[in-house]
Amino acid sequence: MNEENQIYFVDSDKLPEEALNRKHRLEQDPSYRTNHMEYMEGMEIVKSDIKDKVIEEMNNYDYSIYTSADVIRALSHKNCSIEDFKALLSPAAAPFLEQMAEKATLLTEQHFGNTVYIFTPLYIANYCQNYCVYCGFNCYNNIKRKKLTFEEIDHEMSVIAKTGMEEILMLTGESRYYSNIEYIGQAVKIAKKYFRNIGIEIYPVNVDEYKYLHECGVDYVTVFQETYNSDKYETLHLLGHKRVWPYRFDAQERALMAGMRGAGFSALLGLDDFRKDALASALHVYHINRRFPHAELSLSCPRLRPIVNNEKINPRDVGERELCQVLCAYRIFLPYVGITVSSRESAEFRNGIARICATKVSAGVSTGIGDHEEKYDDSDENGHIDVSREAGIDEAAGDEQFEINDNRSIDKMMNDMENGGLQPVLNDYVYV
Amino acid sequence: MMSDYKEMRNDKLVLGGHEFNSRFILGSGKYNINLIKAAVEQGGAEIITLAVRRANTAQKENILDFIPKGVTLLPNTSGARNAEEAVRIAKLSREMGCGDFVKIEIMNDTKYLLPDNYETIKATELLAKEGFVVLPYMYPDLNVARSLRDSGAAAIMPLAAPIGSNSGLETKAFIQILIDEIELPIIVDAGIGRPSQACEAMEMGAAAIMANTAIATAGDVPAMAGAFKKAIEAGRAAYLTGMGRVLTRGGSASDPLTGFLR
Repeated sequence: MNEENQIYFVDSDKLPEEALNRKHRLEQDPSYRTNHMEYMEGMEIVKSDIKDKVIEEMNNYDYSIYTSADVIRALSHKNCSIEDFKALLSPAAAPFLEQMAEKATLLTEQHFGNTVYIFTPLYIANYCQNYCVYCGFNCYNNIKRKKLTFEEIDHEMSVIAKTGMEEILMLTGESRYYSNIEYIGQAVKIAKKYFRNIGIEIYPVNVDEYKYLHECGVDYVTVFQETYNSDKYETLHLLGHKRVWPYRFDAQERALMAGMRGAGFSALLGLDDFRKDALASALHVYHINRRFPHAELSLSCPRLRPIVNNEKINPRDVGERELCQVLCAYRIFLPYVGITVSSRESAEFRNGIARICATKVSAGVSTGIGDHEEKYDDSDENGHIDVSREAGIDEAAGDEQFEINDNRSIDKMMNDMENGGLQPVLNDYVYV
Repeated sequence: MMSDYKEMRNDKLVLGGHEFNSRFILGSGKYNINLIKAAVEQGGAEIITLAVRRANTAQKENILDFIPKGVTLLPNTSGARNAEEAVRIAKLSREMGCGDFVKIEIMNDTKYLLPDNYETIKATELLAKEGFVVLPYMYPDLNVARSLRDSGAAAIMPLAAPIGSNSGLETKAFIQILIDEIELPIIVDAGIGRPSQACEAMEMGAAAIMANTAIATAGDVPAMAGAFKKAIEAGRAAYLTGMGRVLTRGGSASDPLTGFLR
């Protein structure tokens, strides 16, 4: 019995018995699952020692040994060493949250001034061939599936572009079958007509495929590692190509080798020991920066959220104070790195954290498929978008990946950021 | 004494044939754009830098609209990783109507944002040939400065310290060498954190100071621009006047030691 992960397991009554049996066996019987450390056919292997460095450091990290003296020392240093960073991530740093925030604020101002970028994500398909137990798009979850046609993509993008948005992050579920590289490449070419800066968050691909996507117009690639603990990862990603942990780890490296300008990193905090995952995420960025000093790198910090058919999923021991501590530690250790805070967090949290260390926030967010017009038209007089509505109202739309928390429109977000003394920026980019 | 003051009043900064009275170049990227006008006024700045990539927007509030008329734009090529990209950004800037001035910023390093001197020389040569007034941002190296001069730069912009660091004249000795050896205006750029540091650089003979973060992170942006103005003017006046001597050790007797000699 896989008790630790029981909260994630939901059976749909729509699944045929055979599929249900298979699902149960994947959940309960490790021997039924493939070797998650073994590359599948076609997955490119790049020579890199970054993985080993990050994992060794993470495995040796015992945060219980740090004391308030270590934290005070770390805060007094001009440059934050890896050891200092470990102290700042430890429980001993909790009483120093305000001092950490002060230091983080100064560093953010120094590197980014008072600017904050605003972007929007666009999900173009939610088909997925993986069984990741915490994700709304997982292949066993009974949700409305949709893949936008090129005409629909064009239409969605025109709706978004009308709001003034200049940067878009395009996402798909992880299915090569339904959302192949050519489909994504074509969608990116459409995006070029409307936006000045394009990112993607899709399944990891090989160097030549990243190169093709870059030529289509993509400039940055975000891949979430979910958890850096490969043993834990194995128990959560039970089926599909996403199960292969090392191929995912090297994705940013392959993207940068292909000429992408930037890369985004993250663990999904709450899946495993969040302090270790935060350490590994930041060290992943640290080592990639040493190898690719020109690359523009960013970190995100998503926490678990409820999904369609499973309201119970929650961020576990990662409360807002813990999240704030992680983000401040990121900023102090990596002052030059962008920090994105997603709509999984509340408006209050995002307003506060943008003043301390976040450099990028999303607005006008829908994690569903093909429903921007409906949602944008439904924004109320305060600029809130009604996303709590039953998805069933629009039969044509696809279901959401997770429930968002902050549903502010672009205008509302711009106003709120300005009121917080920040300068919202929609573009700071020339495609070269 | 009258003639000295007169001389100071005619003291112009000349860049590519254009004359400026102010020796303070103001940055625009890190503070609210609606403060730009007040900062320009209080700082007396006649040149303001801006990132082409930042102005390349359809945003309702384009930074370009907030720059007062009569101020010379100094667009920079930040975001360029090599000479070719810098040239493309400079041409885009010209198309956007930002004029012929260009500050070359080529960085292959997102952590320290240190300029790539080699690519900067290449870009300077290409853009000078295209008729731009080229101001290259560089790491202070005499040989590179000579190459930049020979490639057609209108001035040299050595960094005082890593950009945004506000840590002052860390490269002082090398900037002094550039001032002593290169006939072009030497404009100290990046790292200047306080008016006193700007003043010191001007006393050394720098032709102008470029500052952004020091002003952007101040409590009152326009007032700090005003403080920089005064410091830069004071430093310039001191330089023109001829600095007093500095003794390396001991004091100096007010009665001459050799007074007994007949």
